[in-house]
Amino acid sequence: MKNVKRLIMVAVGGQGNLLASKILGEAALAAGVPVRMSEIHGMAQRGGVVESAIVFGDAKSTIISDGEADIFLSFEPSEALRAIKKCNPNTVVITNLSPLPPFTVATGKGVYPEMETIKSVFREKTKKLIAFDATVLAKEAGNDLTVNMVLLGALIQTGVLPISADQIKEAIKARIKPQLAEINIKAFDLGFQEAAKAA
Amino acid sequence: MHKLLTDNPGQKMLLLGNEAIARGAIEAGVAFTSTYPGTPSSEISYNFFRMSKESDLYFEYSTNEKVALEVAAAAATAGVRSMCVMKHVGMNVAADALMTLAYTGVNAGMVLLTADDPFMFSSQNEQDNRYYGKLSGLPVIEPSSVEEAKAMMPYAFELSEKLGEPVIFRTTTRINHSNAIVELGNLVQRKTKGEFKKDPFSYVCVPAVSRKLHVKLLANIEKAEALSDSSPYNFIEGSGDFGVICNGVSYSYVSDAISDLGAEGKVKILRIGFSNPMPAGMIKKFVSECKKVLIVEEGEPFMEEAIKAFAQEEGLTVKIAGKAKDLFSRLYEYDPAMVRKTLAEYFGFAYNAPALIDTANTPEVPNRPPNLCAGCSHRATFYAVKKATEGMKVMIPSDIGCYTLGFLPPLSMADYVLCMGASTSTSCGFSKVTDNKVISFVGDSTFFHSGMSGLINAVFNNHDFTLVILDNRVTAMTGHQPNPGVDMKELGLDGYGQIDIESVVKALGVKHVSVIKPYNVKKSIEAIKEAVAFKGVSVIIAKEKCILYAKNLKQAKGNKFQVSDKCKNHRECLNNFACPAFYLDGDRVRINENLCTGCAVCAQLCPEKAIVPVKG
Ligand code: SF4
Ligand code: SF4
Repeated sequence: MKNVKRLIMVAVGGQGNLLASKILGEAALAAGVPVRMSEIHGMAQRGGVVESAIVFGDAKSTIISDGEADIFLSFEPSEALRAIKKCNPNTVVITNLSPLPPFTVATGKGVYPEMETIKSVFREKTKKLIAFDATVLAKEAGNDLTVNMVLLGALIQTGVLPISADQIKEAIKARIKPQLAEINIKAFDLGFQEAAKAA
Repeated sequence: MHKLLTDNPGQKMLLLGNEAIARGAIEAGVAFTSTYPGTPSSEISYNFFRMSKESDLYFEYSTNEKVALEVAAAAATAGVRSMCVMKHVGMNVAADALMTLAYTGVNAGMVLLTADDPFMFSSQNEQDNRYYGKLSGLPVIEPSSVEEAKAMMPYAFELSEKLGEPVIFRTTTRINHSNAIVELGNLVQRKTKGEFKKDPFSYVCVPAVSRKLHVKLLANIEKAEALSDSSPYNFIEGSGDFGVICNGVSYSYVSDAISDLGAEGKVKILRIGFSNPMPAGMIKKFVSECKKVLIVEEGEPFMEEAIKAFAQEEGLTVKIAGKAKDLFSRLYEYDPAMVRKTLAEYFGFAYNAPALIDTANTPEVPNRPPNLCAGCSHRATFYAVKKATEGMKVMIPSDIGCYTLGFLPPLSMADYVLCMGASTSTSCGFSKVTDNKVISFVGDSTFFHSGMSGLINAVFNNHDFTLVILDNRVTAMTGHQPNPGVDMKELGLDGYGQIDIESVVKALGVKHVSVIKPYNVKKSIEAIKEAVAFKGVSVIIAKEKCILYAKNLKQAKGNKFQVSDKCKNHRECLNNFACPAFYLDGDRVRINENLCTGCAVCAQLCPEKAIVPVKG
């Protein structure tokens, strides 16, 4: 599979996964990198799971089969675990550590897995894990809702994708209202630096 | 300006499949568009809707798919290019009109888009609508990618005009909801006015006319066969002794598989983009030049059946397979790895399965089922119905909409869901043959769609049940599209009418009609008790705007709530109401302020009056 990089992003409805995908896509367009993306957001508005698959390079498929993600990004720790099948022993994994327990947990019908277990599972089974609390950094940037940008920062820092930080920043400026773009770029930078520490 | 109206040929844009489809139609000069909303097709119509406010494009949200098809058919009959958009199951509703429209034909390009949903990401079945092409005798066009979805749209309109027939444009979720880079083409001038030339012997389908028209349709199918055989969208790629015949998204999986397996030069592909009628000549020639053939198509063996029949006609004995126990399934979606594996095994190519992760000892992850939103008035109505009918034997037919999610515990408010509008009519049957009190639910949009007909039936045949119309003032499930009950002025849009459900229900002859405000729990329960006690058809209209829609309109008001120290922890709220804003903090119930919308329903049902507004 020459030149092809496959990215899976999972999140809970409302976390901004789809905007993050769009920004990656726009950045790829600007960089002249072929890109195809597929999203499943059936009932995202009603608290469901949102998964997007992005394929960079010369491939025709828009979805990614089990075990075929080169890089895997999760906006929520338990969702990382739910989608672990997409990874293989060579996958680079990034996850937010700030949990959003599903309602089944609140009503006692499910148990939220231990954070340490989640981390050790990924450490054991994949090539590299970058795990941190993106929500804290989003707050630091000035807006809770910029978790998606923090994570994009970490994603680009890994260097797995053929997209540069500057290209992403341009895409952010093109997509997001000027008043908010600055905060989003700050969030992106914070994520970028945080992931560098993990390296 | 709407981005899809950009007049800059050659510009590259990152587009969602549904945007590419809408753009393709605009590039084809479509002037009249209609729909009933349904995922995965919704964004196509939404883009038409927005563009229609900025241009002379006509768009409407029709009451149901049959109506949508009929209005679009009229436009195309009068010489105006039209397009009608629906999800796969919507085609069942439109089918009645479709069958005869194939006889009358059209005088300008007309495209009927059906968005099929393999794997049922948001649908009640996974029917394969290519069969509607066969059933009606109409051509079917199927793109394999987002780029092609745009490119094929002008082709479909031209094909429709060549044949004087509507063309069925079939997509699947993976086309509708994929994004890719698309190059814009030229915009053409729309022709928005036509003319109807009277010709009753072509358009008035009494038997004598239809007998003639059926002959014409068969002649058209023959013409279509020739066009399919020479269509640029049915093409052969690559070379080799083995052959793969594929369509739609399967083509992308097959292409990737051949390159991943290094099988270039061994396998050639026949990609079918014009799939009804199938290109007989092309297929016969292709198959005769193969040592072995594999058919890769999601859904039903639509192509497979035709290809095997063609091979028989030619007396070819080469092995042809597609759906089989150890090959492809008729269930669900395909994916690249599965196509690669099956292809390798069938043709005997060496292949390395990707290294999977052993997940045997990973901890279980709690489910995250979709849920009615915090503050959704449906939850309040369900709770009130539950309280009002405590101790009674009730049976609950429900319908298609957000409220279908009420089937989840603890509300458990749906025993039977068939299709759009079926709750009223199935209630007629259930109430006749069971001793249960039947209480059925329908949404406002669904009521207009086809729930009304069942209610008319109930009144006429004197059935005995209570219908609750969950009137949240918008079509919420598919993303807040308008329906005939919506006040379009609130959206700043003039020139629309508005239908009042209460007047309709009364006019239909329902003798017991009440309107409740579901956020007022006590009053609602009383009204429901009365309605349920009524012998005959009774209707309750639970009227409260979808909270998300109200938020969008900046109409949502209300304090956030919190659980005070008075809470005795018996958890009536959590166990019986279960607003998703509740959570357990240790063993105490708390309210997540970010989620609470301040509907105040939980405060009313807490026996300890322990839930109180947040001060400040
Ligand atoms: S979208 Fe509206 S109607 Fe649907 S569950 Fe949410 S609040 Fe209720
Ligand atoms: S007031 Fe109560 S029921 Fe209403 S949204 Fe807030 S927590 Fe949920």
